[in-house]
Amino acid sequence: MTRYLLSVYQPDGPAPPSADLRRIMQDVEALNREMKAAGVWVFSGGLHQPGTATVLRPHDGGVLISDGPFAEGKEHIGGFTIITAPDLDAALDWGGRLAGATTLPIEVRPFQDAAGD
Amino acid sequence: MPALLASEIERVFREEYGRALAVLARVFGDIDIAEEAVQDAFTVAVQRWPSAGLPPSPAGWIITTARHRAIDRLRREASRADRHTQAVLLLAGSGPAEEAAVRDDRLRLIFTCCHPALAAGVQVALTLRLLGGLSTAEIARAFLVPEPTMAQRLVRAKGKIRDAKIPYQVPGEAELPGRLRAVLAVIYLIFNEGYTASSGGRLIREDLCTEAIRLGRLLAELMPGEPEVMGLLALMLLTESRRAARSTGDGDLVLLADQDRDRWDRGLIAEGQAIVRQCLQRGEPGPYQIQAAINAVHSDAPTASATDWRQILQLYNQLMSCAPSPVVALNRAVAVAEVQGPDAALTLVDGLDLGNYHLFHAIRADLLRRLGRTAEAAQAYDMAIARTGNAAERDLLRRNRQLLTGA
Repeated sequence: MTRYLLSVYQPDGPAPPSADLRRIMQDVEALNREMKAAGVWVFSGGLHQPGTATVLRPHDGGVLISDGPFAEGKEHIGGFTIITAPDLDAALDWGGRLAGATTLPIEVRPFQDAAGD
Repeated sequence: MPALLASEIERVFREEYGRALAVLARVFGDIDIAEEAVQDAFTVAVQRWPSAGLPPSPAGWIITTARHRAIDRLRREASRADRHTQAVLLLAGSGPAEEAAVRDDRLRLIFTCCHPALAAGVQVALTLRLLGGLSTAEIARAFLVPEPTMAQRLVRAKGKIRDAKIPYQVPGEAELPGRLRAVLAVIYLIFNEGYTASSGGRLIREDLCTEAIRLGRLLAELMPGEPEVMGLLALMLLTESRRAARSTGDGDLVLLADQDRDRWDRGLIAEGQAIVRQCLQRGEPGPYQIQAAINAVHSDAPTASATDWRQILQLYNQLMSCAPSPVVALNRAVAVAEVQGPDAALTLVDGLDLGNYHLFHAIRADLLRRLGRTAEAAQAYDMAIARTGNAAERDLLRRNRQLLTGA
């Protein structure tokens, strides 16, 4: 089994209207419950706005602290889910459902260590 | 014992490459190990075959030899702590490698190579490398990229298959139609890349057509129940049948209407038409089958003027309803010009948003010429000439433009 990171890419700016947001939250919750029932769910969580991020860089033997986020851009990771799956097709299947629930693009990326190692 | 030439050994390996690689990739669960194993078997063959002769079943010999070599190599290199290698060895020692599994293995490998998680260009390169047995250098030359670039692309793709665990399996029923479309698109892309001959070594380009047809035949053998698989094979065979007539001895392009039909390959036409007839009987039309049928109608006509344009127009109408696109609409307009006249066709063409496509301007130019609007036709030819990257096509457009003003 491989662990996969499903990152949610969220456009910067105001959140969608509250009615839409409520439905999205419900759909994501329902999907999380389904993932847990299927035994694939490892962790998931939503993040605060990218403006709340802080970046640390190694510098002269110490660490330089600066205001984030790290990457400039119009989209940032808005949250993520970690699942275990036997192969990419299974991971893409869950990822596709997460895209449907969040209404946002999802990046699926494998972890290096196999699950259970 | 007949002496076996090195070139003959190479040909046999090229022929059997996909078969051997597919089995070994399943046995070892790793494409890199499979590739190295086939390479090792080739080294052994070069030493043994010249004196021992060709084995009765070259594919079986390659698979068995490669498998033994790979197991030896893995045992030598494996540390006891290396659990991955130990697991691979355990699998490779027990799994069946008999011929019966080969069909499924090649089909699995095709779907792995054409997985949507890989970029389209990468799917093409992987398919040519792993199923076609083309060398990285050959693929690089065919697609006009430096060899190290192509090598890097292939390494990255194989790394993604391994690390992201792109599965080695034929997709389930729900995904099959979409995934099969991707496989067909890859094969047709290879064919078209060979057919357009945009530039580069001519021979290599023709090799791509041959390779695409070989892959098409393989897929037809593996999935005979899929009408679009048969449709694509028929489309490629019928297009390929006109290759010899498509250019003059000097390499000048000759359009369909002006081709010497005696130079068409009757064998390929008969094969392609037979498949089209089978598809028609089955009654599950799709874009490749309809395009094949259009080509079959052209192949039926003893002269260009005897072409049954009404039937072609009907087929284009059908194509527009199942796979509409501006390019299909443009090709349909050509048929409309023959059935209803250039005026009706020009109205359709002018409504299309294809200003960057050279054939849009070339077809407009031809319609304007037929309507006697010479100045506008010349302008359209200029637009077409400026937008084509293919030397032979450009020359033809220049000749047509000259005829216009010379007349």
